[in-house]
Amino acid sequence: MNKLEIVHNSKTFKKNDKEFCALQETNMSIQSGKFVSIIGPSGCGKSTLFNIIAGLLPPSTGEVLLDGKNIVGKSGCVGYMLQKDLLLPWRTILDNVILGLEIRGVHKTEARERALPMLQKYGLKGFEHHFPAELSGGMRQRAALLRTLLYDKDVILLDEPFGALDAQTRLFMQSWLLKIWSDFKKTVLFVTHDIDEAIYLSDEIYVFSHRPGRIKAKVEVDLPRPRNEETLTQASFQHLKKGLLIMLKVEQEIS
Amino acid sequence: MDANAEKIPVERTGIDQSLEVKKNTRVKAAVIEDDRKGISMRRKVVIGQMIVGVTIIFLWEFLTRIGWLDSYYWSNPSTIVQTGWTAAIQGTLLQDMAYTSGATIIGFILGTLVGSVIGLSFWWSSLYSRITEPYMIAFNAVPKLALAPVLVIMFGIGFNSKVIMAFLMTVIVAALAAYSGVKSVDKDLEKMLFSLGAKRHHVFMKVVVPSSVPWMVSSLKINIALALAGTIVGEFISSRQGVGRMILYAGQVMDLNLVWVGVIVLSFLSIFMYLGTVWIEKWLLKNRKYQ
Repeated sequence: MNKLEIVHNSKTFKKNDKEFCALQETNMSIQSGKFVSIIGPSGCGKSTLFNIIAGLLPPSTGEVLLDGKNIVGKSGCVGYMLQKDLLLPWRTILDNVILGLEIRGVHKTEARERALPMLQKYGLKGFEHHFPAELSGGMRQRAALLRTLLYDKDVILLDEPFGALDAQTRLFMQSWLLKIWSDFKKTVLFVTHDIDEAIYLSDEIYVFSHRPGRIKAKVEVDLPRPRNEETLTQASFQHLKKGLLIMLKVEQEIS
Repeated sequence: MDANAEKIPVERTGIDQSLEVKKNTRVKAAVIEDDRKGISMRRKVVIGQMIVGVTIIFLWEFLTRIGWLDSYYWSNPSTIVQTGWTAAIQGTLLQDMAYTSGATIIGFILGTLVGSVIGLSFWWSSLYSRITEPYMIAFNAVPKLALAPVLVIMFGIGFNSKVIMAFLMTVIVAALAAYSGVKSVDKDLEKMLFSLGAKRHHVFMKVVVPSSVPWMVSSLKINIALALAGTIVGEFISSRQGVGRMILYAGQVMDLNLVWVGVIVLSFLSIFMYLGTVWIEKWLLKNRKYQ
């Protein structure tokens, strides 16, 4: 069943009376429970697309269907995690994570009770009452993702969540994300620059082209799950990587 | 080759470990030393400050007594204490102090609250804030002390006109500080909150107000001094009570000792109110130590 459908979406910005197209007509349909990645060069309209899906930006044309219902311009229908962790520095980690629940009107005490076991289970045990500035980048990113998860929407958009982390932390975080994904059965839409990351995590990969952004190709990743570090060295992994590299290289040369 | 390759790391680790141990001990020693330095430094500072203070008072007393400074103009510490004591026991010095600090504090609180609300309200509409901003800046530039005669006529010679003076001195400063806070709010934080389904009032309460708090707090210290200046000028223009009125009266009858009493009393009031704002500041920012 299609969880999320993006139908004829496009976005044109006007700047100094000059129109420029950030996103050309885009169609995507994403099945429930899938992990879908989007890769492409900077300026390929990935963030524009995410902002449209999250309801923060109205598209120039088209619709976004969630379970068959149009959610264009409605924010809060999907979980959305931006590139920066965006934790509120004056709140403890626990109080940051419950932000979504609080906005929905859940009482603080109850929200804390719900969030605490999750923090403990997913690697933030002992840091619940610390402030964000006391945590490492990886931990803050985890807290930010748990905040999105606790908001409890079926679809989660992740915009380069591990972009600012070092390689080792990144690998650890990817495995952590896969564990969370299989525990919570969410539909994930994931933006990244990193081909390895995209293949390692996803069921499907959309390759976007440079300005104006549009879908250039869709690649199915049929690597078996559960995946681990060994997946990265398999022949089929390398094969997929090679194909994607060539596609992206062509893209770089055009731009 | 192999044997060497194995040997070298072993030796290295040996050296490294011993080095590390040494480093550790050294670091510890250094830390302890630093602490001691810190303590003795603080002690030296306090002692130094006391010496300077005592010296100034002593010199003031001494130089006026031997006549190098004219004690008619300069008074001297012992006379000031005496005059102050008499004024407190027989006169109305204590009531005057209560009157002045009361007007100052009420004006300060009202000004800060109203100003902060005005400043924060600018977040809600950029049209409204852009229309209003130049007028705020213009009003800030008006020397409000010069308006004192008008205000005294408008609000009477009583307590109210002094509160209004203190209020006017502080309100725009507080508003501009809160507005700077509003302008500095991270747009991505707002976006994140909207993505969690927040309405504007959620964003306002959970992001805009807390992130503006340090800005608002930063204006408190300036504002308490401004409020006191406003009150005193109000009392200068026309008043039946207050330290400002006392100074004005003492000046008119050429009782310069009493003028000095007033100045010293005002200085102490100012210092205490300043310490009060420092305390409020600490209380408001108690969760911010990690920012």
